[in-house]
Amino acid sequence: MARMMNLMTLRLWLGALAVVLLVWARSAPAILTIEITEGAGTGIPIAVVPFGWSGPGQAPQSVADIIGSDLARSGRFVSLSRKDFVSLPKDEKDVVFKEWRVIKAEALVIGSIAPAGPGRYEIQFRLYDVLKQAQLAGFRYTVGAPVLRTVAHQIADVVYEKLTGEPGAFNTRIAYITREAPRPKEAIYKLQIADSDGYNPRTVVRSVEPMLSPAWSPDGKRIAYVSFEDKRPKIYMQNLADGRRELIAEFKGINGAPAWSPDGKRLALSLSRDGDPEIYVMDLATRKLQRLTNDPAIDTEPAWSPDGRFIAFTSDRAGRPQIYRMSTDGRQTQRLTFEGDYNARASYAPDGRSLTLVSALQGQFRIATLKLDGNALQVLTDTSLDESPSFAPNGRIILYATEVKGRGVLASVSADGRVRQLYRLEEGDVREPAWSPYNRELQF
Amino acid sequence: MQTKLGLVLLCAGSLWFSGCATDTSTKGPQVEDKTTAASTTGTQTGSQPLRDSGDTKGGALGGTAAEADLLAKRRVYFEFDSSALDADNRRIVEAHARYLAANPKLRVTLEGHADERGTREYNIALGERRGQAVEKIMRVLGVTAGNLAVTSFGEEKPIAPEHNESAWALNRRVEIIYQ
Repeated sequence: MARMMNLMTLRLWLGALAVVLLVWARSAPAILTIEITEGAGTGIPIAVVPFGWSGPGQAPQSVADIIGSDLARSGRFVSLSRKDFVSLPKDEKDVVFKEWRVIKAEALVIGSIAPAGPGRYEIQFRLYDVLKQAQLAGFRYTVGAPVLRTVAHQIADVVYEKLTGEPGAFNTRIAYITREAPRPKEAIYKLQIADSDGYNPRTVVRSVEPMLSPAWSPDGKRIAYVSFEDKRPKIYMQNLADGRRELIAEFKGINGAPAWSPDGKRLALSLSRDGDPEIYVMDLATRKLQRLTNDPAIDTEPAWSPDGRFIAFTSDRAGRPQIYRMSTDGRQTQRLTFEGDYNARASYAPDGRSLTLVSALQGQFRIATLKLDGNALQVLTDTSLDESPSFAPNGRIILYATEVKGRGVLASVSADGRVRQLYRLEEGDVREPAWSPYNRELQF
Repeated sequence: MQTKLGLVLLCAGSLWFSGCATDTSTKGPQVEDKTTAASTTGTQTGSQPLRDSGDTKGGALGGTAAEADLLAKRRVYFEFDSSALDADNRRIVEAHARYLAANPKLRVTLEGHADERGTREYNIALGERRGQAVEKIMRVLGVTAGNLAVTSFGEEKPIAPEHNESAWALNRRVEIIYQ
């Protein structure tokens, strides 16, 4: 065991969490399939060796496949083909670095899975720098079968961080709204959450009326959203662990655009109870409202800065929708966007230095970023009906909704514009994506 | 169907003068909506009277058939990111306003909608603003505030599912829904 000196043992109570998540899996919803449309085939060449399995029959989950496709999907790695592997090392003693240098691998992942009692498994993995012939990371986990995918995403996060210097966001989830219309005029809307790779989709809320604007609480345990189930927009909050739902706002007029404060204690929202949409902040404990804007224009789509000091929002007070920013007491307001005919639905990057937003020029609605230092607007997409952008928690990827061949799909673009992906459902539309915060309970 | 529509139109028209609309069970003028959207240039197609026997220059209230024809239209349309009504669409709203003012037991919901371009929350606000624009005209013409309700579905309920200019023109609308 001496050579496992830097191997940490972590017994995470992932099993308990998995049981909670399974409560949501009523009928298995369709899986989002993800394809890289641009930027594949570049990045660090990495060999992910199939993990050794010491139990009877087949391994319960192909952990190496999940890790390899996570890394390849990020556009920052090229997952090398197994056909070129000279050997399939399962343990440190089996690794011959020369074999991996020959196939031009710069990094190598090996590992093993072993039964560890009823329904539980022990997973080990090691990450090597092939050129330096050095181990960069090594972990051991003992978990229940339902969370083997989660562990694979965690391993991918470790590999990503060790090799790029930035945190990965594979062990996260996405929320989105689907719309299926088996018959015209009979639409079914679902608020769903899935792993970041589209797997394990579960339906959180189902309705025959539209839903929109899902917003994760900063702890990832609740989702606020807008539902038309009473034929007008009201804000609800869904607790993901126990399925309980709270009605948050049902004032006269519009109740829309919920946005969490970074401490999770307040919700910014847009209410038209006084005649036109204004930004309010609701204290979730007391339900007290504070009105922040006072303008006869449309004021909506608030977004809290990560440091909690500002709220960015959309307003057409100058004639067309543009992005503004105010202090959280509503006192100081400043216009942020000046380029383009239409700028709306801003949300902050995790570092607070930029926004992503919808920006339209000559009728083309595209995803852009706005640097807050100097207000430089950079358009990242070249499609025409893009909406609802939000950052991954590591700030590397922007997830948004668009339209391809008449269908609503999700798409992502790396913040540098280099890597693009499409997320589609086999049938129906998917829209209103929201990336979860980091899954802190599962982080180590 | 044509005959039935004609009959209902006739009734709707005659309601205006005879005051038989006190029977609220008719839920307003029961006619099919044959309105088509204004094109992007703002011209109105399909606004020609279905029946041309009305004397449009006649009485102060306009011809029976012309009024009925306006009342038959339950949707008014807008330009992109606008809540302004052009003359043709305003005439439709005004006809409903006169009808409602004369029949104070009737209630309507003004349901605002937007096309899919732009953001969903902004479009809900825009739909509400369109509904309020219609409400304002109706209030000026004497309709009781309590008989008017404004809601908005934003871009969530398009009537034309396509992603092009003609579909968008149809989807930027306020629906006048008799309760």
